[in-house]
Amino acid sequence: MEYFVQQLVNGLTLGSIYGLIAIGYTMVYGIIGMVNFAHGDIFMLGGFAALIVYLVLVGLFGGIPIALALFIMILVAMVMTGLWNWVIEKMAYRPLRGSFRLAPLITAIGMSIALSNFIQVTQGPRNKPIPSMVSSVYDVFGISISLKQIIIVVVTAVLLTIFWYIVNHTPLGRAQRATEQDRKMAALLGVDVDKTISITFIMGAALAAVAGTMYLMYYGVIVFTDGFTPGVKAFTAAVLGGIGSLPGAVLGGLMIGLIESLWSAYFTIDYKDVATFSILAIVLIFKPSGILGRPEVEKV
Amino acid sequence: MANMTNTPESAGSNLMARALREGFYAGLVALGLFVLFVGLKTDQNILNELILVQRWGLLAIFVVIAAVGRFLSVAFIRPYLAERKAEKAAAPVKDANFFVRNFSMIAIAVLIVYPPIMVGLFGFQGSLKWVDNFGIQILIYVMLAWGLNIVVGLAGLLDLGYVAFYAVGAYSYALLSSHFGLSFWILLPMAGIFAALWGVILGFPVLRLKGDYLAIVTLAFGEIIRLVLINWTAVTKGTFGISGIAKASVFGIWSFDVSATNNFAKVFGLPMSSSYYKIFLFYLILALCLLTAFVTIRLRRMPIGRAWEALREDEIACRSLGINTVTTKLTAFATGAMFGGFAGSFFAVRQGFVSPESFVFLESAIILAIVVLGGMGSLIGIAIAATLMIGGTELLREMEFLKHIFGPDFTPELYRMLIFGLAMIIVMVWKPRGFVGSREPTAFLRERKSVSGSFTKEGHG
Repeated sequence: MEYFVQQLVNGLTLGSIYGLIAIGYTMVYGIIGMVNFAHGDIFMLGGFAALIVYLVLVGLFGGIPIALALFIMILVAMVMTGLWNWVIEKMAYRPLRGSFRLAPLITAIGMSIALSNFIQVTQGPRNKPIPSMVSSVYDVFGISISLKQIIIVVVTAVLLTIFWYIVNHTPLGRAQRATEQDRKMAALLGVDVDKTISITFIMGAALAAVAGTMYLMYYGVIVFTDGFTPGVKAFTAAVLGGIGSLPGAVLGGLMIGLIESLWSAYFTIDYKDVATFSILAIVLIFKPSGILGRPEVEKV
Repeated sequence: MANMTNTPESAGSNLMARALREGFYAGLVALGLFVLFVGLKTDQNILNELILVQRWGLLAIFVVIAAVGRFLSVAFIRPYLAERKAEKAAAPVKDANFFVRNFSMIAIAVLIVYPPIMVGLFGFQGSLKWVDNFGIQILIYVMLAWGLNIVVGLAGLLDLGYVAFYAVGAYSYALLSSHFGLSFWILLPMAGIFAALWGVILGFPVLRLKGDYLAIVTLAFGEIIRLVLINWTAVTKGTFGISGIAKASVFGIWSFDVSATNNFAKVFGLPMSSSYYKIFLFYLILALCLLTAFVTIRLRRMPIGRAWEALREDEIACRSLGINTVTTKLTAFATGAMFGGFAGSFFAVRQGFVSPESFVFLESAIILAIVVLGGMGSLIGIAIAATLMIGGTELLREMEFLKHIFGPDFTPELYRMLIFGLAMIIVMVWKPRGFVGSREPTAFLRERKSVSGSFTKEGHG
């Protein structure tokens, strides 16, 4: 039983990271109906930004408190990746907005290839390990919970609350939802559609940057190819939860995290990704628009 | 009316001011983008700790390039392009010249004489690179892209896991030939059949899915097959891959094994060289490509091809006209997969080695990119895209002279995929409909007219 709960905790941590990335996929998909394949690499970029900021901080002020360092890392990584995604959207996706559906998908795939190779060229192809930043582990009823895991889950929960509030209760969120429903009508009613879409990309990138920082802190290592697998998993999470739905993305992320850690714990670790993808396929076969997704009604 | 009476001079100075301002902003944004990633480099020191190396000079170059590039683009390139566009719109449409009209015939003729010309220019040994790295490599991608084109371009089913069928073909050849010693000519059709079977197996569960859901599930299937290949070590030898795969023979008459008595070079009394085999492989893949093209063109005129295109345009209309969408989708998956399987078994024969490394998602993405960049559904456009994208990146390996410009540490291969990715974006933004953006309809009233690609829909489930 303790083993099971332990795996639940691990799965929850992993799932929080996937959920944070998945929100970026889901928000972008919701607002312009495009699968932003480069989002996984945005996440990786966020991790690298955090890594470099960490090295700068340690280099400049050796004994900086970890909490402060982590806060600055998250903040700078959010701003950095937000800027990147803003530029990417402007240059690679906006010119193709009126075009047929596959065109932005292809530029996104191209952007994903370009971003990971950009990091490979500028930062080198090797693993980038950092010394463990947070190492306390607590023992709660025989289950060991590390401070890292607590930080990840708490940060995720706080950010989700903030973003949920923004989307549901602010003028910006209203503009986003209006753009999502009908872009032309929203523009006619005075919503600055371009700006709203830009902000959506920046928000998605900021969350991915937080996920990247958490990933770096949790695993203590990052490499330029790290965008792909978490990216695909998060995309899977977004689709599983019903793409376009914010709570769905989080639910999907948590599910994928739990499936992964429970499968690794009770079956074989080799086939954990096969399990994740198989469950995705099975869920979609019985519920073709995801768990919380609204079924698309086709009008003729 | 004040705006209307602007003299050209003041318009020009406005433009310059705007260009300067935008250039400045671009430099600022570039500074923000690159300050961490270019200005600082993480590196390991002797103690294996990460340290930062400062590269402010390189950062300055990036920023200046961005600022100047933006300035030039706003001040000169955009007005020039706008002018040229206006001129083009005014000019009457020219008739296609001889070259354009007979492009496919000329291209096939060039491809047939390509190996002899290369041998003539570089000798047998020197031609290896041009026939193998360029010719065969490009033609494999042409074939794969034409195969995927049946699924994506004709039937409109977005498949992100096409590489799975390529893997099925390659592994079925590798395993069956090493365990049972069967020849290439028996296994080639079998690989196609196996892949088609997998196409149906994977196609069946996804029949109800649409658009992006279909895309993610096909991606998942591609990953599942790759992960099984990695982990099922008893059969596939995992990441080590299967090596020593038998070579193909010329229909069993001449062999290319050095020890065989009917070795091609021995029979004809030629000096030993590996280039005969490569030239043979070149013609083999050319024949396979032409088969793919022939089948695609023929199928498009048959009821099943028409049903595919109808499905792509509107699934509901399709169903209400009595087309069985289940069989239509499954045949599209199976036919596309079959050609992937052919290409896979050819790949195994050419490499003599297969490992899961060759069947990653990136391959699927590249193949899909070629299909879309070429202009979905257009065989010639896809072939052009494959030549440019694959040939162009292969060419980067040959850029030895760049070492003289950027110093001996400069390795152009490192930039290959970076440039590939950027090229995908640039081509797509420049020509969103692909290189060949018009369609030749197979059914027409009185007169055959080219239809703009914008009238066809793609990617709907």
